[in-house]
Amino acid sequence: MIKKILDKTLLPLFAFLLALFVGGLVIGFTDNKVLAKISSPIEFLKILGSTVGNAYLALFQGAIYDPNLAEGKSFMAGFYPLSETMVATAPLILCGLSVALAFKSGLFNIGAQGQFIFGAIGASYIGFKYEMPMVMHILVATLAGVILAALWGGIVGLLKAKTGAHEVIVTIMLNYIAAKFLLFILSTKYFLRPGRLDPIAPPVKESAMLPGLFGVDYRVNIGIFIALAAAAFIWWLLNRSIMGFRFRAVGANSSAARTAGISVSAAMIATMAISGALAGMGGAIHTLGNQYELTDTVAASFGFDAITVALLGRGTPLGVVLASFLFAGLRVGGQTMQANVGVPVEIVLVIQALVVLFIAAPDLVKRIFRLRNLQEASAMASKGWNG
Amino acid sequence: MASQLAISREAKRKLNGIYAMAIASIFSIVVFAYLPKVSGDVTYSFVLDKEWVLIQQWVIDSRVGAYGFSALSVLFTALAYYLFRKGKKHGIAIFGFSIGLFMAFLCWASAGDFVPFTGLLQGGLILAVPLIYGSLAGLVCERSGVINIAIEGQLLGAAFIAGITGSLLKNAWLGLLIAPFAGALISLLLAVFAIKYRIDQVILGFVINVLIIGLTSFAAQRFLREDSEKWNESPILQPINIPILSKLPIIGPMFFSQTIIIYLLYVIIVVTQVALFKSKWGLRMRSVGELPVAAESVGIDVNKVRFRNVIIAGAIAGFGGAYFTVGSVGSFSREMTAGMGFIALAALIFGRWTPLGALSAALVFGFADQLRSVLSIAGTPIPSAFMMMVPYIATIIAVSGFVGRVRAPAADGIPYQRGGSH
Repeated sequence: MIKKILDKTLLPLFAFLLALFVGGLVIGFTDNKVLAKISSPIEFLKILGSTVGNAYLALFQGAIYDPNLAEGKSFMAGFYPLSETMVATAPLILCGLSVALAFKSGLFNIGAQGQFIFGAIGASYIGFKYEMPMVMHILVATLAGVILAALWGGIVGLLKAKTGAHEVIVTIMLNYIAAKFLLFILSTKYFLRPGRLDPIAPPVKESAMLPGLFGVDYRVNIGIFIALAAAAFIWWLLNRSIMGFRFRAVGANSSAARTAGISVSAAMIATMAISGALAGMGGAIHTLGNQYELTDTVAASFGFDAITVALLGRGTPLGVVLASFLFAGLRVGGQTMQANVGVPVEIVLVIQALVVLFIAAPDLVKRIFRLRNLQEASAMASKGWNG
Repeated sequence: MASQLAISREAKRKLNGIYAMAIASIFSIVVFAYLPKVSGDVTYSFVLDKEWVLIQQWVIDSRVGAYGFSALSVLFTALAYYLFRKGKKHGIAIFGFSIGLFMAFLCWASAGDFVPFTGLLQGGLILAVPLIYGSLAGLVCERSGVINIAIEGQLLGAAFIAGITGSLLKNAWLGLLIAPFAGALISLLLAVFAIKYRIDQVILGFVINVLIIGLTSFAAQRFLREDSEKWNESPILQPINIPILSKLPIIGPMFFSQTIIIYLLYVIIVVTQVALFKSKWGLRMRSVGELPVAAESVGIDVNKVRFRNVIIAGAIAGFGGAYFTVGSVGSFSREMTAGMGFIALAALIFGRWTPLGALSAALVFGFADQLRSVLSIAGTPIPSAFMMMVPYIATIIAVSGFVGRVRAPAADGIPYQRGGSH
């Protein structure tokens, strides 16, 4: 049992450590103070260590716990950064689940970004346009976003099933179309905030805002529970339901699944619609629980981070939750790191990319850490454009 | 039997294309000429600089123009059908049809306005330059059997390296010279992980893009902002006027009064097109991309060929990257390629993985973009966001096979192992 858990967690752990190490080198070797000492090896290593250490300490303080915030207040006040990380984690979990579910059915959904945008559009419109009682308003607004996004995702499944169009190409293109469409509707009279010319919609009504968990001082809201519930649901769907069994069968071997009487087309369309719905729900809770208004940059890079999340999480719901927390922490902490020690937040992108690269190339990590007996299934089998 | 089926399928695809042309021509007559309630004079201006003047300006009523050019489209559609029935190639008819349709659209969209026609063409070509380089890079990669969605990263990385090199040495030519090496270096990453470690190439390309965006943005924040005079103020390449040719009306300023990057592009286009279909290099490339087992059976080292071609592809993308910094503005800014790598990928797919196809698609996308910016100044009947969607929608239509089906090289994206098992 312990060995089984170790097998599953060792590779991601080593990949992460390796990525942090390389990221540290990038931070160190681009720092003028460090480079100034390059002639004396011992001094150099000392200042290299302290520079990188300080950067990662600031990252931790920005992501989890900052003792400076607790000073003079309660111990708990130091956890404010953690609450911010939670805020960023929730939509990321949902987008990550979107990509992970598609993986299990053998589809690579790069389109979470576009689906997220449609989720945000739907939730925002219901949120600012209509008056409704509190709980109902949240439900209706979220549902509107989820339906729009499910349709947007469903298009991909439909095209793949009926014409064979590769989902990667279609989703890349649909992401751009969604982004341009968002820009367009924000300039129309239906979405433009009165008195404004820049692309921003009116704020959602208070009845549509997700309620906070720890009062007004913390922004963390019930969105995180919605995301966790969705993760549990996807676990159930994949592992305990007939539909999920079909999805996995199609993902493992679509010809065999077809021979066994499973409708591959229906499974593809359903997968992409549910994937779209998940990313759309991410867009909806991000709009209703965090941003409160629709802007052209509402999606940030959630949909793209989701791909790295799903890869790091090995396509399982639990893995996605943990990976989302990790990457959200890096993102949030990175801001603090930039502000406090002047290391640009973009280093987080580098670390993120490296983690996924190392995960995807288990042979490399095994060689570096001399792990011989590590049981490791490849994250995803390679398929061509025509596959 | 199988080949007969293939021929009839090909014929059907062509016929569908001609039907689409007919529908587009009718659409053009109705929407651009018949429906508009008002019409106005469109003024086309043809002279940009010091080229010989064939015609200075041309004024035409928008409705008359739209009818006239739509009629031209109809004529060329008919010609295409005639040539098709005769069993001849009808590429020229498609070209004529496109010009007619484009002009009809322009008459409609800019009724009552001034259109700097030569400037429009020149600007369109310039916007298409990185797209063409990018799509050719993708082509060399994917024809060899390695999916390249890291074009964006290759362009961005090369733009960055070219920019800082040009700035540090205060020499734009050295920046241009180093760019292909930067592109090749990023390609090396693609080649090693795709061919040696056999990672899924879509994931890999995606990760490389994130990595390069991260690294260049990080460096831009760290160095380029603080000491931008030293790091980020590269001189730029100046346009070179080719004697006599640059004086030709309209096409002179468009093709022959450009920077070295564009002249280099002409060479690369011709070389790629000819070499792909006529040389040993091209034959090997296509064979490892279509049927690697067969290639190996005649003694070709599949992975070696792939490895080399992926590196070459990176070098081609590198020149395209140099365009962004030393070729135009001089300074690097974060994520300055702004998704051009993906439009290049779209052009490659839309152009059916052929050099001339990719070239035409990249030109169409470049012109569409230039047209959008010209029309958004003039004020258009269609929102500019929709014009920005053109390349993406066109690509989805292409891969969905509504107008003929596009097919990638058969082994594209599938890692190869000795003996053919994978």
